[in-house]
Amino acid sequence: MPSSPPTSMSSRHSLSAQRRCAAMWFLAPMLIALFCVAAWPLLRTIYFSSTNTTLTSLYDGKWIGFDNYLSYRKLSSGRVIWRGTLADPAWWNAVWNTVRFSVVSVALETVLGLIVALVLHQNFKGRGWVRAAVLIPWAIPTIVSARMWGWMLNDQFGIINDILLNLGLIETKIAWTANIETAMLAVLAVDVWKTTPFMALLCLAGLQMIPKDVYEAAKVDGIHPIRVFFKVTLPLIRPALMVAVIFRMLDALRIFDLIYVLTPNSKATKTMSVIARENLIDFDKFAYGSAQSTLLFALIAIFVSAYIWLGKVDLSGEHSK
Amino acid sequence: MSKFLNATLFYALVFVIVGVSVFPFYYAVITSFKTGTALFEVDYFITKLDFSNYINVLSSPNFMRSVWNSVLIAGSTVGFAMFLAVTASYALARVRFKGRGLLLMCILAVSMFPQIAVLAGLFELIRALGIYNTPWAMILSYTIFTLPFTVWVLTTFMRDLPVEIEEAAIIDGATPWVIITQVFLPLMWPALVTTGLLAFIGAWNEFLFALTFTASESQRTVPVAIALLSGASEFEIPWGVLMAASVIVTVPLIALVLIFQRKIVAGLTAGGVKG
Amino acid sequence: MAEIELKNLRKSFGGLAVIKGVDLEVRKGEFMVFVGPSGCGKSTLLRLISGLEEISDGDLMFDGVRVNDTIPSKRGIAMVFQSYALYPHMNVMENMAFGLKLAGSTKEEREARVIEAAKMLQIDHLLERKPKELSGGQRQRVAIGRAIVRDPRVFLFDEPLSNLDAALRVQTRLEIAKLHHDMNDVTMIYVTHDQVEAMTLADRICVLRDGLVEQVGTPAELYDTPNSVFVAGFIGAPKMNFLTGENAKPYDCATYGIRAEHIDICALDEAIWTGSAVHAENLGADHYLFVDIGVSEPLVVRQPGKQFTALGTEIGLKPQSEHAHRFDGADRAIRN
Repeated sequence: MPSSPPTSMSSRHSLSAQRRCAAMWFLAPMLIALFCVAAWPLLRTIYFSSTNTTLTSLYDGKWIGFDNYLSYRKLSSGRVIWRGTLADPAWWNAVWNTVRFSVVSVALETVLGLIVALVLHQNFKGRGWVRAAVLIPWAIPTIVSARMWGWMLNDQFGIINDILLNLGLIETKIAWTANIETAMLAVLAVDVWKTTPFMALLCLAGLQMIPKDVYEAAKVDGIHPIRVFFKVTLPLIRPALMVAVIFRMLDALRIFDLIYVLTPNSKATKTMSVIARENLIDFDKFAYGSAQSTLLFALIAIFVSAYIWLGKVDLSGEHSK
Repeated sequence: MSKFLNATLFYALVFVIVGVSVFPFYYAVITSFKTGTALFEVDYFITKLDFSNYINVLSSPNFMRSVWNSVLIAGSTVGFAMFLAVTASYALARVRFKGRGLLLMCILAVSMFPQIAVLAGLFELIRALGIYNTPWAMILSYTIFTLPFTVWVLTTFMRDLPVEIEEAAIIDGATPWVIITQVFLPLMWPALVTTGLLAFIGAWNEFLFALTFTASESQRTVPVAIALLSGASEFEIPWGVLMAASVIVTVPLIALVLIFQRKIVAGLTAGGVKG
Repeated sequence: MAEIELKNLRKSFGGLAVIKGVDLEVRKGEFMVFVGPSGCGKSTLLRLISGLEEISDGDLMFDGVRVNDTIPSKRGIAMVFQSYALYPHMNVMENMAFGLKLAGSTKEEREARVIEAAKMLQIDHLLERKPKELSGGQRQRVAIGRAIVRDPRVFLFDEPLSNLDAALRVQTRLEIAKLHHDMNDVTMIYVTHDQVEAMTLADRICVLRDGLVEQVGTPAELYDTPNSVFVAGFIGAPKMNFLTGENAKPYDCATYGIRAEHIDICALDEAIWTGSAVHAENLGADHYLFVDIGVSEPLVVRQPGKQFTALGTEIGLKPQSEHAHRFDGADRAIRN
């Protein structure tokens, strides 16, 4: 019998070939769907951002290049006027609001979430009930939360003002959502209330993965619980915590719902998503809004890439199996 | 002595946590039972039990319509996504091929898109398909987050299924399709329920697309209906009715989350922590 | 029944070569055992034969037909896994009938075949139960039954007894041996790390080491005429005594091997080696005495019957030279 040529991965009838072929068929519909729903619209948005398309005539846009982002015009008087979203103070205000909101909310949610997780990690009577109670803010739809809190923060009839007045912490009723100084506080309060349960759950999962004997050893060594927390617990849950923080940060950067409903049209809370939509739909500055959407996308893409590259986070689990 | 102090502080903390978590909803419930001038008084406990707000909401055709819309849209988009995700997750979890890791990253990346970034493009697409102001607009656009989510979570669950059962099936002559439908799916149905539930809740709560792609009141979903609920004049918000509507919409969700607590936590952490 | 031929079979995972060129012939109807230390590649070899792993190079022939590219279910094989691999959501009947169902047989055919196999294994009263309701031994029998129902040319066993406790292991081992006889001597390939299983079940044993075949032969051949130090030390319990260096020199070899039962205790003045008894193992029918003669490890000597030798006693030993094994510098057996 003549010796056969070395078999390679391209043999047509072998098991792995059959499986790879099947995998292709299984993945294709999903990939097509994702392309249609995500990739294509994204490309179109980027395209629109470099045109002067309007809402009413979607196909009449002409290419204007980078103008929606940044352009300048020299007036006859010699003065240079900068136009475009990158020169728009409203845009930068929105960027600042977004960053401010994201950093503060994620920081608060992480700290509070960790505290709640530590509480839930202890074995006490009624723990199940407490966990159920903690999940309630997360279960309530964002819009409903926004309106519920809107009612509580109402300047005339709101219960928050009532409580604070009775406790002597404020002197007059505050219009939390309308007032520029307090609007961001209101938004932060609601978002932290809503999202801390989620962070708490993730932290709890991380805590539960720490083997008990680590704590027993620390107990035997007589280490103070606070030191145990900082030197033992925190480092061990750091990976889980980092993943949670990243996901939350990404969510916070794109926030829309809460701000649109709780503090509509407030300069203090308008985030990038809000201002982009405002331009897209309300002001019929469709192309301008597209440019702003693209900028937000770019920001998030950079953020994600930087994190993956720097942290080399093994999100796909490739190395564990 | 310090043990007693520790215990008291601990339970005080627990009390604060529970109180803060539950109070807003509790207050909404109180408010929902008030009408007229009673709303102008601040009460910390239930003073009345007036159901007229609820009757108002439940008999409002537009609101009930919006509930139906939400159910239809969330159900359809999740069903569609799950169907695609089951087979895709098998390929991603159990079949070794070049570029698998990269593909998983790309799918995860899609779920991180800011929705506003695709709004313009989707708007054009939906107009072009002629589905603007219909449930199809939402069913289509929601796929951008339900699909990556379900693929991601199901892939994690698929990875955990034992290799040897699959090998035994291969030896028995099972094709990948048979393996998925007759061997893995029966083993995975708790995961499917959890994933479906989480995706359903996500779709139910969506606001941006529903706000942008609907024009008439009859096409609204629940979040949009609640967000835009207004009274006779621009400045008069019917708080009692609003709270009643909020409670009606929220109670089933809370019930679902509480019943499936453990499974939901497992699903969330599978996607978040383990990944 | 099939004759299986492995021709220069190779398998690499990425850059790592696991099977480095195996030539082997498995005869029709024989019970062949692959044995070797962990990492030697015996399971991988079995999986190559089954088709679950793809062959990197070389040929695999079933009855003269090259099956490298054939999917497992078309090779006419059945496999019994270490962890049983039963389908948890199906009952015993469905588990055993699954392969037939996929092949398109009728319900009656399936039932008939399953009941026949179940009777053979005495699990016919368990057909309605789910795997989680069965004991480990019962699950293993269902796994074997599933294989029988497939009516394969070759049975493949991947360390099937490892998950069972000692008593069950012995019992199931006997049942597998009986199965081989009852099924008109169907070809079976069995992988284990336990040389006792190998010795008791096999028609022929293939000792693998580091991805290559060390030696193939009947249990008696491997026991009486091992080709290398490795095989000599691997087969047989207790392990063969080895003397090297200065102690092997008188015998004109690099390594001198002698089994525990081939050393006689004699008077000190007649002895070739002397030393003190440092340890004794009393196994009931056999006694093993460990004597320290001044080399790195004590010699193990078998004492038949009920002997009692106090520790510390000076012992004289004499090897039965006709049963000795001599190995050269390359650890290969010297045969003249």
